[in-house]
Amino acid sequence: MKKLLNTLFVTLPDTYLALDGENIVVKQEEEILARYPLHNLEAVCTFSYAGVSPALMGACASRNVSLTFMTRTGRFLARVIGEDRGNVVLRKEQYRISDNEERSARVARNMITGKLYNNKWILERATRDYALRVDVERLKKVANSLGETMKLLREVEQLDILRGLEGSAAVQYNSVFDDLILQQKESFYFYGRSRRPPLDKVNALLSFAYTLLANDMKSALESVGLDAYVGFLHRDRPGRASLALDMMEELRGVYADRFVLSLINKKVVNDKGFYIKENLAVIMDDDTRKKVLKAWQDRKQDKIMHPYLNEKIPWGLVPYTQALLLARYIRGDLDEYPPFLWK
Amino acid sequence: MKDYNEEDYLLLSGIQHFNFCRRQWALIHIEQQWEDNVRTIEGDHLHRKADQPALREKRGDKLVVRALPVQSRELGITGICDVVEFIRDPDGVPLAGEEGLYLPFPVEYKRGKPKRNDSDHSQLVAQVMCLEEMLVCDIHKAYFYYDEIKHRVEVVITEADRVRVRASINEMRHYFERNHTPKAKAGPHCLSCSLNNICVPDILNKRSVSSYIESRLNE
Repeated sequence: MKKLLNTLFVTLPDTYLALDGENIVVKQEEEILARYPLHNLEAVCTFSYAGVSPALMGACASRNVSLTFMTRTGRFLARVIGEDRGNVVLRKEQYRISDNEERSARVARNMITGKLYNNKWILERATRDYALRVDVERLKKVANSLGETMKLLREVEQLDILRGLEGSAAVQYNSVFDDLILQQKESFYFYGRSRRPPLDKVNALLSFAYTLLANDMKSALESVGLDAYVGFLHRDRPGRASLALDMMEELRGVYADRFVLSLINKKVVNDKGFYIKENLAVIMDDDTRKKVLKAWQDRKQDKIMHPYLNEKIPWGLVPYTQALLLARYIRGDLDEYPPFLWK
Repeated sequence: MKDYNEEDYLLLSGIQHFNFCRRQWALIHIEQQWEDNVRTIEGDHLHRKADQPALREKRGDKLVVRALPVQSRELGITGICDVVEFIRDPDGVPLAGEEGLYLPFPVEYKRGKPKRNDSDHSQLVAQVMCLEEMLVCDIHKAYFYYDEIKHRVEVVITEADRVRVRASINEMRHYFERNHTPKAKAGPHCLSCSLNNICVPDILNKRSVSSYIESRLNE
């Protein structure tokens, strides 16, 4: 399996990144703050205003180091992509599937199956690990219902029906998500998803984690030669990485939600690390953002057993592995797309 | 003779990939996928030395030419010879811009040591066939230069070699025209393949995805 390399997150607001030989140098004014060899990096993600030199952009593109620009609050701005890998054969097949409702549904239903399966087991796990802290009956009820929906999904061949089942499952899962917050309950609570802007701290953390996951997913899809913008469940919309969003469905809970819950439950973040704007929009402060990124990077190194491949891989390679498996399915090597079914 | 459109010429360097593994060749030449490993980086580095088209040496009866582009209309292939040595020889052929008659001998630069399998060999034979066609001559031998032993090894080119190369190229064209990537035949060679992460030959030995999903759902 591919090697997981590091991601360089640049969080200082006014730093400039440049290329020096085989290294990235991080500069402030004319002073060099740090220097990192490019060959150790898989991705660079900058939250800085000042920018990146064209030479560094070129070096990143030619070495497949993904380079992403974010706003200070962690919203995605732009990515630098090198010359397209000319895998037109694979892409055309992807487009053919995307243009065909039934074929799209056959892929999408497996992704949604993955989402429901993973969410079900997040709840099951909570009832087992925290039997004395959570309302076991309530969580079990939702978990069982997710299990029932999962079985219905297997035969679905219409995207609308799929979306309907997915939507109602999401409502149920969200209805008990707050139960999974076991620490700092007075400051961290979840009533429902709010995005633009996030209206509470949990949503601010979730949005940030989803953005990080989406970036990893997009890079992973591109590195296996797929078009991240042409999806099966999410339909085409200019500027929307529909396939990355499709692929994220099965990972949102197990990768991002669990990550956010552990930040709160392990008190990596706290009430003071956020500020509230006049319109109630909640924003993380720089220190919290840094802590979250650090934890995100650490999480990526944790090893797991991939349920389909039966191979030990780091969490950070899960997006790449799923992208690879999707490409293999599209190419006709696999009978179905194998979602990441994590227990 | 079938006349191939130059656009559809296959790359000479692919013959070595093809004989190493048909799937590796298809991933690189049909699907345009590539990933470097230590071996390919070493190879690049080595070729940087050979790849200097403007460098031309003349020593007595020997003319050394680097990075010489060649093709064969008959085979529909094109590529670049690392080094071609032209030796002055009464049985040779005239060369553009040179006095006298010369016989060409391609020298292919390789990283590492001489290898036991012959996937490299066919690449050299194909170079010979290109040079024979372009210069209208017969070539009976060629060389590998191995970086690790800093030595060249002579290779005798036989008619049987030429037949094998023709057969390989026919097969390559067959896949190429259908855009078809053959399935992997996993083996010990997979360990040294730089495309292992892209190919993941073991996936084909896993159980079906539908049984994986069914069994998880019924837990």
